[in-house]
Amino acid sequence: MSDHWWQKSALEISECVKKKEVSPVEVVESFLDRIQQVDTKVDAFTQVWSDYAVQQAKTLEKKIIKDEGEVGMLAGVPVSIKEVICTKEGFTTCASKILAGYRSPYDATVVEKLYNADAILIGKVNMDEFAMGSSTENSSIKLTRNPWNLECVPGGSSGGSAASVSAGECVISLGSDTGGSIRQPASFCGCVGLKPTYGRVSRYGLVAFASSLDQIGPFSKNAMDSAITLSVIGGKDPRDTTSVDLPLPNYAEQIKRGMDKVSIRIGLPKEYFTEDLNKEVKDIIMNAVKDLEKQGAEIVEVSLPHTEFAVATYYIICTAEASANLARFDGVRYGFRHADSKNIIEMYKRTRSEGFGPEVRRRILLGTYVLSTGYYDAYYLKAQKVRKLITQDFEKAFQKCDVILGPTSPTPAFRFGEKTQNPLEMYLSDIYTISVNLAALPGISVPCGLTQSGLPVGLQFIGKHFDEEYLLTVAHLYEMNRSQKLGTPPLI
Amino acid sequence: MEYESVIGMEVHVEINTLSKAFCSCSTNFYAPPNTQVCPVCLGMPGVLPVLNKEFVNKAIAVGLALNCSIASWSKMDRKNYFYPDLPKNYQISQYDLPLCQDGYINIEVKGETKRIRILRAHLEEDTARNTHDLGGGYSGVDFNRSGVPLLEIVTYPDLRSSEEVFVFLTELKQLLEYLEVSDCNMEEGSLRAEANVSVREKGSEQLGVKTEIKNVASFSGVIKAIEYEVARQIEILQSGGKVIQETRGWDPDRGITFSQRHKESAHDYRYFPEPDLVPLAVSEEWVEKIKQTMPELPQVRRKRFQEVYGLSPYDANVLTSTKVMADYYEKTVKLGADPKQSANWIQVELLSVLGYENTTIENSPVKPEHIAQLISLVKDDIINGKIAKDVLRKVFKTGKSPEEIIKEEGLVQITDVEAIQKIVKEIIKKNPSQVEQYRSGKDKLFGFFVGQVMRETQGKANPKMVNDILKEELNK
Repeated sequence: MSDHWWQKSALEISECVKKKEVSPVEVVESFLDRIQQVDTKVDAFTQVWSDYAVQQAKTLEKKIIKDEGEVGMLAGVPVSIKEVICTKEGFTTCASKILAGYRSPYDATVVEKLYNADAILIGKVNMDEFAMGSSTENSSIKLTRNPWNLECVPGGSSGGSAASVSAGECVISLGSDTGGSIRQPASFCGCVGLKPTYGRVSRYGLVAFASSLDQIGPFSKNAMDSAITLSVIGGKDPRDTTSVDLPLPNYAEQIKRGMDKVSIRIGLPKEYFTEDLNKEVKDIIMNAVKDLEKQGAEIVEVSLPHTEFAVATYYIICTAEASANLARFDGVRYGFRHADSKNIIEMYKRTRSEGFGPEVRRRILLGTYVLSTGYYDAYYLKAQKVRKLITQDFEKAFQKCDVILGPTSPTPAFRFGEKTQNPLEMYLSDIYTISVNLAALPGISVPCGLTQSGLPVGLQFIGKHFDEEYLLTVAHLYEMNRSQKLGTPPLI
Repeated sequence: MEYESVIGMEVHVEINTLSKAFCSCSTNFYAPPNTQVCPVCLGMPGVLPVLNKEFVNKAIAVGLALNCSIASWSKMDRKNYFYPDLPKNYQISQYDLPLCQDGYINIEVKGETKRIRILRAHLEEDTARNTHDLGGGYSGVDFNRSGVPLLEIVTYPDLRSSEEVFVFLTELKQLLEYLEVSDCNMEEGSLRAEANVSVREKGSEQLGVKTEIKNVASFSGVIKAIEYEVARQIEILQSGGKVIQETRGWDPDRGITFSQRHKESAHDYRYFPEPDLVPLAVSEEWVEKIKQTMPELPQVRRKRFQEVYGLSPYDANVLTSTKVMADYYEKTVKLGADPKQSANWIQVELLSVLGYENTTIENSPVKPEHIAQLISLVKDDIINGKIAKDVLRKVFKTGKSPEEIIKEEGLVQITDVEAIQKIVKEIIKKNPSQVEQYRSGKDKLFGFFVGQVMRETQGKANPKMVNDILKEELNK
């Protein structure tokens, strides 16, 4: 058998484990070795659950040997979890000082589902504090590096998830995406990142940043593995009333079955291909478009006229919701508390001033402001109206095409510190992903090439509401016919 | 110059669902501190609320009873403020789309019916409870109450006196008790009333500056606080001053209201729609279903008691004051007892026994069957009224039926003419001087003879027969 489990997909590993070709313990141990080798460089992991991972693998091994019940879809597949998702095991810190050492009393629904699918949870990974950022530089824990170039950021906020999958430290990672936090780091790190339709995956146990935009999704090597993972983590959850009660397809089976349609109409939004888009990125994307055309895809131009308002709209809605969502971190019941305050108000102020990092504080202030009496109508209410217009843009575009294609991010991964002094420039890094969250649509970033300097570029497919089936099938079709060769990051 | 007071009420009602508003924890918040809690009502990271359907059901029932329209489309909102008893530092409430809107309650004051309009009734969650008597420089928070369902009922400023407020609150409380949606205990906080009070020149259409009186722990406290506040405001105006818009507390010991918070320092609650909960869609079928389950409401029942049972307005009022009492009464009547007799027995005799024994009709060992039996025993001349009252007390003490008690104690009424005649004759014989006096015109002595006969028969003689026979014998 292969010594390089880290190069294998979730599908391959789970097949081998199910067929008893390899012990899940062996698989997990090989990944723990891999983490030891490369994480000193990448720093994706904030916690590695070595003993616990082996223990899970041993339990699974027993189950397989004794033929006790059905073996799950992710049998023996090592998975890392973003620090923002609650796990009983280890800590759930949101990469924030205010939750340093915090242990969740419960598992998020997605975590329960991973356990039920016999996945092996091997640890937690870095992120921007409270999922606010696009480079993982806002982590209070450490910097995570881009496996393709250690001088570059992995993207964010789920930078640790993307880096851990890309570096082969795990096969799947769960991240969260509020404005691009799965797709943008996936694009920067050269892996697949799926943001499902809002409501497809339960948010129970995801520490909320912006409740109406947050969605949990997988990172993986390919669309097939994301499909498998979505089948595991998706579905209606009675604990999350915003999760939707729709049938959850077996996406992997759908992909294998292939396209029902003879022709695929792919829409290219003209607003996504302007001078803001890095020339090299644009060329790589257009190359991918050609690959699809060769498969008989019809390319049509579509328009999303309200795109220019997306970033402003997003930063009103997400900060408003965040200002309330993060109010609970007050030092009263858990987490960091400033020790020597004279009264409750002072305790609140000092706990929150010292417990939150600058970007989180900035967004809380912004959100508090836009909800204030006298500003609510001008900001929050207006933003909600624009959000509707952005949603309608997509509805209209989807009358002309089946799936939308564009860049995931306007640039490849940038260097550390390059944008930290200018929050606005950092915000623009999510210009193509934000609208998808505002419109509650599913989006997936798929690697489509490398720049001259060897940095990955991702393309984004955007699908119709709850039609991840089609989205994943198109992504898979592209992967099967991708002319660009990607290889693996030049680590070790 | 003559002033009138203008009062609007905000009443918070704890709804008695089994589980909390947004999680499955028990609402039994008298359990030891922090035992009825879970990640949701503790506001732990990552949790989401799920709206309790029974809470909505009960809120709809209250809305209907208050003649409100039930919104087919409403939503929850977040009300943001920091306080240690609020685990998320926002309260899930309803802002611009409340579940119940535009209703009214009719009240009777000084013989006139007055309509008090209800602005809204909306869903929200209760806070935890802070305690400051733990010592060691610490305050404690008990989260058992955190997330208990609350319905906030807001009236228009239609009330004009503390008396009207009293009647309104009584009527509202009665309604809630009938619907069995709340314990309605002000001392325990399951019913909390806040008053918005202002005064103005009589005849003026404009509203004066209002103050809001909060944290009053009893019905009488609310009334006293309003009376104090009205007098205070009138005094300010009369001396040429201005009332300041503010929140005022009530000090029951000193009997005064005191300034708590000025408008300038008022909270900006930054309401916005709760993104963790989908909007609340209430179909007509749903409302209809709730209607079917609603009991007859007190005002309707009061009227029916007068019409069907021929009760006076006063009797009907007393007997419908609680649903339990009204049910008790109707059960007694349905057992065949005379409606007026039943009314008397229950509201006079039974209530006095219960009052004396310090218990309530819910816990009464005297059941409607017992009352009906007593009435029929009296009617059939098996016992007389006085004995019946003693029997009632014995039923209360023993739980035995009146018939059993009468049998055991030989209390059956003496209706044997000869037996009574015999006793009467003996008494006349034993008291010659009294007989003399009576016959010479001292009529008052008749009572003395009755007493003697009753003592001789341990009260068992039929009083009417005693009267007749005594008259006959004395006048011989």
